[in-house]
Formats: sequence, C-alpha cells, structure tokens
Amino acid sequence: MLTFDKIKEFLYNYDGEPVTLMEVCGTHTSVIAKSGIKSLLSDKIKLVSGPGCPVCVTVSSYIDKLCELSLQENTVVVTFGDMMRVKGSERSLNDMMAAGGKVKLIYSPLELLKLAKENKNTTFIFAAVGFETTTPIYAMLIRQAIEKNIHNIKLLSSLKTMPEAIDWICRQNHQLTGFIAPGHVCAITGSDMLVPFAEKYHTPLVVAGFSSEQVLSAVYMLTKLKKTGKVINLYRSAVEESPNMEAKTLVDEFFESGPACWRGLGTIEQSGLYLKGKYSEFDAGSRGLTEDVGYNNACRCSDVITGKISPHECALFGKACTPQNPQGACMVSEEGSCHSYFTS
Amino acid sequence: MKITAAHGSGGKSTSELIENIFAKHFSNPLLDSMEDSTVLPSMDGKIAITTDSFVVTPLFFKGGDIGKLSICGTVNDLLMRGAIPRYVTCGFIIETGTESETLDQIARSMAESAKQAGVLIIAGDTKVINGNGGVYINTTGVGTVPNERDISIYNCKAGDAVLLSGTLGDHHAAILSERMGIKNDIQSDCTVLNEAVDILLKNNIRIKAMRDVTRGGLATILNEIAVASNVSIEIEEGQIPVSSPVKSLCGILGLDPLYMGNEGKFVAVIDVQDKEKAIELLQSTEPGKNAAIIGKIKTGDKLLLKTSIGGTRIVHVLQGEGLPRIC
Repeated sequence: MLTFDKIKEFLYNYDGEPVTLMEVCGTHTSVIAKSGIKSLLSDKIKLVSGPGCPVCVTVSSYIDKLCELSLQENTVVVTFGDMMRVKGSERSLNDMMAAGGKVKLIYSPLELLKLAKENKNTTFIFAAVGFETTTPIYAMLIRQAIEKNIHNIKLLSSLKTMPEAIDWICRQNHQLTGFIAPGHVCAITGSDMLVPFAEKYHTPLVVAGFSSEQVLSAVYMLTKLKKTGKVINLYRSAVEESPNMEAKTLVDEFFESGPACWRGLGTIEQSGLYLKGKYSEFDAGSRGLTEDVGYNNACRCSDVITGKISPHECALFGKACTPQNPQGACMVSEEGSCHSYFTS
Repeated sequence: MKITAAHGSGGKSTSELIENIFAKHFSNPLLDSMEDSTVLPSMDGKIAITTDSFVVTPLFFKGGDIGKLSICGTVNDLLMRGAIPRYVTCGFIIETGTESETLDQIARSMAESAKQAGVLIIAGDTKVINGNGGVYINTTGVGTVPNERDISIYNCKAGDAVLLSGTLGDHHAAILSERMGIKNDIQSDCTVLNEAVDILLKNNIRIKAMRDVTRGGLATILNEIAVASNVSIEIEEGQIPVSSPVKSLCGILGLDPLYMGNEGKFVAVIDVQDKEKAIELLQSTEPGKNAAIIGKIKTGDKLLLKTSIGGTRIVHVLQGEGLPRIC
C-alpha cells in the first residue's frame, strides 16, 4: 500500500529524469516554505513558483495610481496589508502614508461598508487585487453598497483570472514537467477548466489543497505523471469538476473580462476583470493601467514568477532585496516566491 | 459623564477625576499621601525596572481590557528577569469624550490585577487631549531580584530545553476577532504570570532565560534569544500548543501563530535535566496548564523549525506587520 512515508521516501531518493514543477497559487508557495517541503525532495525535483501571488503580478502603474489617489482631497485608499509595501515606479503606499497620503488598512472588504457609511463625505478607493477566489467578495461588496445606498466606495480593480495566465506560461516555458494547480481558484472555476491545457501542452496538472501532505502528494503524482496530459483532483473536499455557479453568477453580474497587464508577463487578453458599464460609478479608473516600470532595474521578479529563474539567481536577492527592504513585489508578500525563499 | 478638556486643567475637575476614580481604586498608604513623589522604603536585592505603553483598541475585549493589560504586561516583564514585582506607576493619556464609567472600569481592572500580582500602584498621572474617547496607559514596574539570581537571554547553552507555558495566539486572535466582528469563543490570555514563575523558582528549576511571548510572537522572541546567547534553537511544530479555534482563525486569515502576540505566555530555557519536573509543576498552575517542551538549544546561530511532516526550515523574526494574506 502507498503510505505517506513511502511517498516521502520516493521523493527524497528520486533519481530519475530531472523534474521541474510549478505551483501556481501563492498559498501553495507559502505552504511549501512553511512546511520545509524542499528539504524533503531530491535535488532532481525542482519547484518553481508561478504568477499566483496577486500582489506580485501587480504592475507599477497600478500602484502609482493608488499613490496618486491617496493624495486627493476627501479620498482614502483602502487596502489589505501586503499592498502597503509594494513599490510602484517610485513609491509605495507606505511611503505615501509617511508623506501625508491617506491610506487605511483593512482586513475584510465588508469592513469598508461600515467605514463608508460613517464617513459620507470621503470617497474610499479600494485596491481590489486577487484572482477568481477573491472576486466574488468584491462583487458582494458592490451589491451590498447598492442595497444600502452607499455611493462613496470605488474599486481600483487589478482583479485577474488564472486560466489565461496558465496558458501563457505553457506557451512560454517548455521546461515545466507539470503544475500543482491552484486549489482555491479551482474551487470557484471547477477542475475541468484545466483539461484543455493538459491536453494541449501534454502537461499534467494536479489540484491540491493546502495541507503539506496534499502538496507533497501532488509533487509525487506529478513526478509519476510527467508528460501525460492528465488532470487529477486531490482536493475533492472543496473542488468539483464544474464551476461554483453561485459565485460565477455573482461575478458575472458585476464584472466583465478585459485585457490586463501582469508583471513579468505583459498584457494578456481577457485576463482582467472590470466592473461592467452599468456599475461604472463604482470604478476608480481601473482600465488601461499597463505600464510597468520596475522600481529597481536589476529586479528580476518577472523571471521569477514565470519560473525562468529561482529567486536566488537574482543578483539582488538577500543583498539589496530583503523582506525588510523589498525591491520587488515577490519579496513583499508572504506568498511571494522570493519572500518564501528568503524565509525558509 | 464624559471627560472634557476641563478634566485636564489641573484644577478642580482634575482633582475630582483623580479622587473619584484613580485614588479610589488604587488606594494604599504610599499613594494616599498624594505628594509630588513617593519615597519607597529601602529594598533588599538588585532592582529591576521596566516600562511599557498600552494603546490597544478596542479598550475592552474578551478576556480583558486595557487596564488589566497594562498591569499584566509590566508585571510579566519584571517576572521574566526573576524579579519579585513590588510597585507599579501609571500614566494615563485620556482623549476627550471618554466616559468616566469607562475609566472607572479600567481602573478597577488595574487594581484587581495589581492585587493578584502583589504590586502596589504608587504613583500616577493623568493628561487629557482632544480626541474621541481613546485611552492610553503607560506603566512602569519596579521589582527586586535576589542577589544570587541571574536569569537572562544571554545565558542559554547547547543542550538546554525550551519550554512554552501554553497555547499561542489567543490574545492576538481575540483582538482581531473583536475588531473584525467575528463571533467565536477565543479569549485573550491576558494574565499575570506570578503563579507560574513562582512555582518554577520555588522548586529550584534551573532557569537560564525567560521571555514573555508578546509582540512579534514566539518566532521573534526565540530569534532574539538565539542571537543573545549565540546559539541555535530547534523547535518542533508538532509540540507547539495552539488551540483549535485559534488554528481555524489563522487558517481563514492566513496568520501564523508563531508570529502572533500573547499576553499571558512565556518561554523558559531551562536545564535539560529539570524538564519533566518543570512541565509537571507548570501544568499544575492555571496559566501553565497547557505547558509543553517545544525544543532544545543547539550550537549554531539560527531558529529552526522541524515541521510536522518531517521537513526543516529556518524561522526568521517577524518582518513588517504580520498581516493576513489576501487570497
């Protein structure tokens, strides 16, 4: 019988053809770092991180726009913590706060409703970042704002969708043996979303949950399945083959697809989500933020999130660029691959 | 009654505020003389002093309030150096708009915790600033350390055992739940640690170092011990106690208990031969009922975590603000 100990033994002693696997979800990156999974793998199994950390794929023009908005009269930029320290072309929201910009950190989008209701003369601009998993919450926020007659909330959307990015990676990087597919995203999209990529690129994709055992099991299966176009779902408790219709209906009511610019990947058609025309009063000018000027020219975040290099191959890693003083987005977020490498 | 600027004038309203609230709850012969400074009787042993400011919001939370916290935090810092806590002073910065009942409740909590910790509140000050009902408290603690006692984070040696007095993350999780309006049963662990520390000292457990696991969490504190003593510390994930409601909240918010603040937990580095006895003693006390040996001191210069699936990783100090993940 295949036991977890046998899986560990196989992966530690693996001596076959070298394998490079990409985990696409930032939470997987974080689990891999936190559970010390790399210390349990043979040198022939390499794990690289993909563009699955929402903060890491945000382009500089988006951050610049938030910074600019934070200085506007009667305006407060509202954000989750990770976004605070990511630099745009020059400055981060943290820098703006020190320079008199109005920035407020929140833990949940729904906290914003209360804030907006209590401060009617202030416009709250919410830095809406995330993937399929987070989008329904933003849709819910706008729905509740309308129901409660709250009109001083706007989203600056950098919301993105994952299938287009996976397709882009498959086209660009032929070194990948397989993907640990994002469990949270698949819980919304359904695992069937992955089948076309598996077949088109002859690459296995294994959907995993977020326990270290699941991730390690996914690595094992991908090592066994290499070069087959199979999709396996290990996260059956949360992921079905078909999409979560409730979430899909909610998102479709408020958002429509459009081109989005990803740090390191460039503009990908239909990979962004923007509020539909009839809800435009809630949009803070999200479209067309395509410029991406790195804060530090030597930063290689874009190569890291496309799996071309490992974080330590960047000249800045651990020297000029540390979690205390990040030069690129991948070092900021706990889910960023540079941060995970540095802290494990 | 709401606090107004008049309460900070130094005149009649100030005296009334002090008399009706603070003097009433904190009364003791040293304080009651109301002179410009309190003259303490001479004390045996070395003197330990610590100071801390408390700015928590909300002011009241499950398991405590800012008043209780302001005594526990300072008393625990004294205990961590092996000091016997003796005296506390307190300074209040009160925003206008604060209800006097709120101050009364805070002062009552402080008096209760001070009694429990065996300390007298011997000096105090109040200032009123413009604002919206906020209260900030600074407390300074004084204790005495027997001359022969030396408990310090510079004392750890390879082979020593690392003990944690209970579950991680309760205070941090309780405050976050309160702020976010999440309904659960998580209570702050805010408490004075006299009973737990005393039982170890009275039974001659050879304690090398102690730290209370406050801001920055276990990971930060153990890193500081590793640097101070120039050693590595290896801890085992599976041995670190975390309650299941806190675990669930961490799962939802993407928080790591290793970096969460506590207000009634401490780490002790002890002689390895005393470890079974120390655990047994601690577990017999209320604040130490979930105590566990979580690791050991080794040669080197890192904090290492052996994960529950058998991996090993380096654990760094808290970077930034320790915020929830966003997807």
